[in-house]
Amino acid sequence: MAAAAKARRPIRPWDVFATTLTVVLAFIFGFPLFWAVSSALKLPIELNVIPPLWFPPQPRWQNFLEVNDVLPFFRFMGNTAVVTVATTAGGVATASLVAYGFSHFRFRGRHTIFILMLSTMMLPMEVTLIPTYLIFNEMGMVDTFWPLFLPAWFGGGPFAIFLFRQFFLSIPKDLSDAAKIDGCHVLRFYRSILVPLSIPVMITLSILFFQQSWNELMRPLIYLTSMTKYTVSVGLMFLRTQILANIAQRGEPTEHLLMAGSVISMMPSLILFFILQRYFIRGVIMSGIKG
Amino acid sequence: MRMLSFPKRGRVARVEEFWGYLLISPWVLGFILFTAGPMLVSLYFSFTEYAFPLNPRWLGLANYIRAFARDELFGISLWNTLYYVGLAVPLGIALSLVLALLLDRRLPGRAVWRTIYYLPSIVPVVSATFLFLYIFQPDYGLINGWLWKLFEVEGPGWFNSRVWVKPTFILLALWSAGGPTMIILLAGLQNIPGEMYDAAEVDGAGRWRRFQHITLPLLSPTLFFVLITGLIAAFKIFGAVYVSTQGGPFYGSYFYVLHLFTQAFSHWQLGYASALAWILFVIVLVFTLIQFRFSGGWVHYEGETENRVD
Repeated sequence: MAAAAKARRPIRPWDVFATTLTVVLAFIFGFPLFWAVSSALKLPIELNVIPPLWFPPQPRWQNFLEVNDVLPFFRFMGNTAVVTVATTAGGVATASLVAYGFSHFRFRGRHTIFILMLSTMMLPMEVTLIPTYLIFNEMGMVDTFWPLFLPAWFGGGPFAIFLFRQFFLSIPKDLSDAAKIDGCHVLRFYRSILVPLSIPVMITLSILFFQQSWNELMRPLIYLTSMTKYTVSVGLMFLRTQILANIAQRGEPTEHLLMAGSVISMMPSLILFFILQRYFIRGVIMSGIKG
Repeated sequence: MRMLSFPKRGRVARVEEFWGYLLISPWVLGFILFTAGPMLVSLYFSFTEYAFPLNPRWLGLANYIRAFARDELFGISLWNTLYYVGLAVPLGIALSLVLALLLDRRLPGRAVWRTIYYLPSIVPVVSATFLFLYIFQPDYGLINGWLWKLFEVEGPGWFNSRVWVKPTFILLALWSAGGPTMIILLAGLQNIPGEMYDAAEVDGAGRWRRFQHITLPLLSPTLFFVLITGLIAAFKIFGAVYVSTQGGPFYGSYFYVLHLFTQAFSHWQLGYASALAWILFVIVLVFTLIQFRFSGGWVHYEGETENRVD
């Protein structure tokens, strides 16, 4: 079809311009990532040379391991994985249950409660931050992972509930009506009909939870006080501090380690993106539709 | 799905109601515990002096008066934030739109270009900031090296300059213009029926006029959505600054949430920080309402064109 269209329309200067721009912009957008990987594989003396060295002749893969000698970086990765998995699992599970309640059950105040729930989307996290901190402090949970994932276990947030509800509404009610007579059937309907049908929605939401949780900085910064518990974002920040101190000591550039740390911390997101690109895009478009 | 009232609330209806409440109870509990409760409490804190771990002491409006009348850093942080929001959001949307328009054409390898544009937005903010710190390093960074080599211009100090630090953070924000915003705009563009362009072309409308009279009006609801969400997100810029300049140099990048965070978790002035949080909430709310107020002028809702996915 593209070939037919090509044959019909001559190539115009505009097309040449637009395509050139597409490629140039792709170089600009892609360049920092290329440079990060390239720098992460260099020797210190190869770092800031003129002209810049694009491809280190002998890529030093061991830089990625050396990061772990500066700070326990792989431990940070493990910590973040725990927090992320707990957030995602709890968020997806409870959001789908709450949405099941909103979509397949009639109860007094349902509409009002639903609107109230949606309106919390407008609330900046900063407003609830301090009292929430005090609650977790009171419960002795500061410097544990609990404050980071526990809030997600209470319905996973308005957007997740909204998305599940939209999807569940498309599942015929008479299917669930029969199941409503007793409790056993209510949960069986959820488990054997809703969950299998909503796997794509679950993947989409898992990605959103994963990204949010993996990239988060402020709350880990507040709640985690001992280094052994740091997540990647906080750890990477301290990695830089440590590395800057080393520069002052030894007088040689250490950006290869900083870039190696940055590359490691973005790898999970990038890998996930390449495997599940379709779902990433879907999630984004769905978030656009809610507006 | 309509709430047709039950003639007699029979056993079935009561069971249904019970299960409904039970299923939404996690959210209700979370709402009380992590949203409504903390909101009320922080509103109360905002009227107190609360030097944690001492007990809060009632102050009345003093915290709010302090913010607007006596706290110089409040003014600075608010100005810096408005500067940042005012440039980063419109420029970001413009760039996202350009990228979306470039991808909304016959184009070989479209998925590849889209992927490249999208990637920066999934890079964690700390990593992205560190890449920029390195590339924009004033003495040996690549950008200033190129500026010197190509134009014999001595590049600015970027993150190290009080004047340039905000534009540099804006550039950092622009790097992820190919992310969600572009995807949403691209979906919006693809919803515009091709026949409209064909008809306009037959009528002799040029490229710019077609963009002006078809693309922009039909895309305006989508633009409005990304504008609102973009504004709210940009107001809360924190991570990138915290891990790099910490607000410097000379408070050049001292943004609002950084001020709030410093007051709360460095100085432990929880009362004043709560007041700052509520001011932020009100500012964001007012901005959003103003946008809605004026949206009638430029946002055109087509006789309800339903967005379609996939």
